[in-house]
Amino acid sequence: MRRGKRLETVIKVALLGIVAALLWWFYKEGAFRFILENPKDFVLLVRQHLELVFVSSGLAILCAVPLGIMATRPRFRKLRWFIINFANVGQTIPSLAVIGLTVSYLGLGFKTAVFALWFYSLLPILRNTVAGIESIDPFILDAGRGIGMKPSQILWRLELPNALYAIMAGIRTSVVINVGSAALAFVVGGGGLGDLIFTGIVLYDAGLMLAGAIPTTLLAVVIDSLLGVAERALTPKGLQRSVNPL
Amino acid sequence: MITFKKVTKIYESDNKQVAAVKDVDLHVEKGHICVLLGPSGCGKTTLLRMVNRLIPITSGKIEVDGKDINTVDPIQLRRSIGYVIQQNGLFPNMTIEENIGIIPKLLGWDAERRRKRVKELLEMLGLNPDEYRDRYPFELSGGQQQRIGIARALAADPPIMLMDEPFGSLDPVIREHIQNEFLRIQATVKKTILFVSHDIDEAIKLGNTIAILKDGEVMQHGTPFEILSNPKNEFVKNFIGKDSPIKRLTLIKAKDVLKHKKTSQGKAETGELNSATVSADTDLKTALSILLSTNAGGVNVVDEWDRIVGELKLSDFGWLNKIHAADIGRGELPEVAG
Repeated sequence: MRRGKRLETVIKVALLGIVAALLWWFYKEGAFRFILENPKDFVLLVRQHLELVFVSSGLAILCAVPLGIMATRPRFRKLRWFIINFANVGQTIPSLAVIGLTVSYLGLGFKTAVFALWFYSLLPILRNTVAGIESIDPFILDAGRGIGMKPSQILWRLELPNALYAIMAGIRTSVVINVGSAALAFVVGGGGLGDLIFTGIVLYDAGLMLAGAIPTTLLAVVIDSLLGVAERALTPKGLQRSVNPL
Repeated sequence: MITFKKVTKIYESDNKQVAAVKDVDLHVEKGHICVLLGPSGCGKTTLLRMVNRLIPITSGKIEVDGKDINTVDPIQLRRSIGYVIQQNGLFPNMTIEENIGIIPKLLGWDAERRRKRVKELLEMLGLNPDEYRDRYPFELSGGQQQRIGIARALAADPPIMLMDEPFGSLDPVIREHIQNEFLRIQATVKKTILFVSHDIDEAIKLGNTIAILKDGEVMQHGTPFEILSNPKNEFVKNFIGKDSPIKRLTLIKAKDVLKHKKTSQGKAETGELNSATVSADTDLKTALSILLSTNAGGVNVVDEWDRIVGELKLSDFGWLNKIHAADIGRGELPEVAG
């Protein structure tokens, strides 16, 4: 146990060291020259990137969670198959193709990018919501019904709290993927850090490309850990088995 | 009081009709425990779950305290009936206090009243309220979880309780302990209880009456004594087992035998020579095994102050065969001519 913990620390430190060394190397190579020389442009691109992610992920959460809840209601049992398969098929379409298809309807710009990213973010959240609710021990729900809880009380007091862990995991996965996919918004003129990455690729300028890619990666890591904190705060304590039994 | 009148449940699957419960007539007196006993698939759980309308009735009628349950709103009905299941069904996202207080909360009790009730119940079940109130179900042992499940069902003080093999998943030692505790609590709260079990010993121990089911039909309904003395058919006979005379001994206490000896022989000898003693409240099965383990032909029976009140001899067990079902309640024996 203690040895495992020490090994974990060593590996973490080593990885951080490698990352730091790489960043130093990139910096020496002039990768961040663009950032240092055009701080205002860089801030604008980061803001655009975050806007794309927040708007599309926010809308995805607002749609996928209720849709997942609906798919698990007995009344809509028949819809379940349809919803899940629609989302599954949707996920198999490459994100670039989704963007391309959307352009023909919404034209170029922010809206198109948000729509494509939203569409692409739905599945992980939807699937985890359904799985989370369906994996709840049926005896818990039977007890809830048996003591006279209304269906809405069962949903809010039993199903959602007990599925929250899975739902949050889906949201985390989806948002992190979304931070990466948002770079593609450049293709439809949606802005974001993709501008630097793709321009860098076209101009054979590795520095410019990395000035977009590295902040994108860092954004994904930071947002993921923030969501991790939120997940721990939101998940009911009774489900966090790491709490030591007294 | 729970009354079943010609209750039938038919499940339809693939154009086939399967009757899970057939024409069941059953009556449970107020304050009594009725154990629904039978092998798995006999319809006992279905019968139980029809009482709080978790399963709809196909035909027939169930009355709870004289009221047809189909005329009562199912949510209100369920809140007025305690419900305990085998897997305890505690809510993992809620603390023990929230779990026990959930029905009062649904009924709109204020926080102060709920807190008092939770404290009361935890104390009744022998769990320190300050220690357990804020814990989560996963931090408790199986036996403790099952006790919380019972506390939750008792929280709003419902007159009726439905219990579906509540002690089935516990190991034998803890099960026996909780059964005793449950009987102790029942002696004070006097609920009308429908109790599902597949364990004949549990049924004998807990039931005021036992209803033996097979393929959705009641084979026999009677007191444990009646069923053990007078099994109605082959199925019941096989189900209660060949050792039913021994099982029947658990229903009779040493003091009952002394009373009988007094009335039939006019005297009660006190054999002070015996080395072993049993208390007057010991059941005959235990007394017999103590008796068999001594060399002397008898054991002394002592009262609660350890005074010898009589003697129990091996020959005393002979007359037990003479008692038959008749109208025997728990612990009261008829006077049989010796």
